[in-house]
Amino acid sequence: MKFIQDDFKILYNREIQNGFFDILVDCPSIAERARPGQFINVLCGEKPLRRPISICEIDKSAGSIRMVYQVRGEGTEWMSGLCDGGTINLLGPLGNGFNIPAKSRGMAVVGGGIGTPPLLGAAKQYLADNSERSCTAVLGFRSAAAVILEDDYRAVCDTVVTTDDGSYGRHGLVTLPLEEQIAQGGIDVIIACGPTPMLKAVAEVGAAHGITTFVSMEQRMGCGVGACLACVCKTRLAGEEMYSKVCTHGPVFNASRVVW
Amino acid sequence: MSRLSVNIAGVELKNPVITASGTYGFGREYSEFYPLSRLGGISLKGTTAAPRMGNEPPRIAETPSGILNSIGLQNPGVDALISDELDWLSKQDTVIIANIAGSSVDDYSAVAEKLDKTCVDMIEVNISCPNVKKGGMAFGTDPAVAAAVTKAVRRSTSKPVIMKLSPNVTDITEIARAVESEGADAVSLINTITGMRIDINTRRPILKNNTGGMSGGAVFPVAVRMVNEVYRSIQLPIIGMGGISTWQMAVEMLLAGASAVQVGTAMFSDAYAPLKIIDGLEEYASRAGLENISELTGAVKLW
Repeated sequence: MKFIQDDFKILYNREIQNGFFDILVDCPSIAERARPGQFINVLCGEKPLRRPISICEIDKSAGSIRMVYQVRGEGTEWMSGLCDGGTINLLGPLGNGFNIPAKSRGMAVVGGGIGTPPLLGAAKQYLADNSERSCTAVLGFRSAAAVILEDDYRAVCDTVVTTDDGSYGRHGLVTLPLEEQIAQGGIDVIIACGPTPMLKAVAEVGAAHGITTFVSMEQRMGCGVGACLACVCKTRLAGEEMYSKVCTHGPVFNASRVVW
Repeated sequence: MSRLSVNIAGVELKNPVITASGTYGFGREYSEFYPLSRLGGISLKGTTAAPRMGNEPPRIAETPSGILNSIGLQNPGVDALISDELDWLSKQDTVIIANIAGSSVDDYSAVAEKLDKTCVDMIEVNISCPNVKKGGMAFGTDPAVAAAVTKAVRRSTSKPVIMKLSPNVTDITEIARAVESEGADAVSLINTITGMRIDINTRRPILKNNTGGMSGGAVFPVAVRMVNEVYRSIQLPIIGMGGISTWQMAVEMLLAGASAVQVGTAMFSDAYAPLKIIDGLEEYASRAGLENISELTGAVKLW
């Protein structure tokens, strides 16, 4: 059985920043199978659609999954009201996750807003897999009030924070600091998650420097397991365009295959 | 489980619960949760003569107690269905219902003909897809056209033919009578109800197709009403669907006139919904002292 759907215990669910929540769930059966870049479909009360939430961190020995989410609509609003010790129904782990080439020695992680959580677990895993590796993070947020996970990132890698309005860190987009990191050398893979315009810009930077770039895509989703064909994004393979399923072909795609 | 077995147009289903077309792919994904042999049947993803890319995303939106979708019949085409899926499906020990769609009457017959010599047990004809520009629902909203499609498919296959009806009509019994007169073996209803949602920040429809088909709990009472209307106007067996997520709703649909039910949108929140419905029906039938679940079909006592 590839997918687990069950009730699990909430170890904590707390607000870490205005409208951003951090939830830790005791779900050994999912944690055991999960890998960075995958996601969980969360049942939100009576809502007909589960909400896809990216996995931030996996603790296989403790059997827990950490997710960091933003309250954006009725589903995530409902999630924000869940109490420590309560129950949450999860379906997962879903999606392909990051598949970083084993020979990679230097990775740049580029996150935008609520796209930053899944890259944290990916960065930690990347570094844990090989001690000769280095990792650098460029994280972009709207403003100082929207900065999340900065300390978590600083604990594991060199981190640059940017804000759109200059209220914290560097003023501007993530692409300039990314270019600077690349210029210093040593980066052979880029992973990115965030708003589509940011992903597109990062993909262009990666392509310009000949660096393999993986992007984690987002789309309104139905079943989450590849059956309903709701959550597609346009991709290209051997010159032919098609709609690929974000839930099972993705959410992580080689950026060179995405039709922006 | 024989208490739950039903016969639709000569095909024996071990129970009256079928997974609905479009929500279940070709069954492989959900076979990761449980053996498909538990199901009465599977109605496969709508299949056309040639592969179709489908509509631009976003293709799905939530509504009060329901969803809107505008997938646009993305599918690999009938040849790929036959070469890549049917062999595996035939080993799953459940009734296989191919769901076919087209943009011309000839398309429908071509697909039905190709499936005639395969292992599919029944053919469900989608004359009610609201999400494609050419054909689809247009075939299911005019009795004469619905009759023409039925006649063409009927001539192209010896398999039992189920005509899937659209609720987006003034009088669904007109269409039901038209397909009955041209040799349909059964009808299934309802397909989705055309709807729209708008993002108030962007002032754009949430779906890139602007409109989509509504399914889920919100449509259930409409489906029950239409199944009952059709039950009272034709002799064919009816497969009832539209928002069923519990065994109680399945019982209600059977009472309205259905011989079997399909479950679709409910799977998005609970992958095990069809199994829970089957188990619930079994317990209910036993408690109610039914010899067979079909005793419920049409047993509603109208005022």
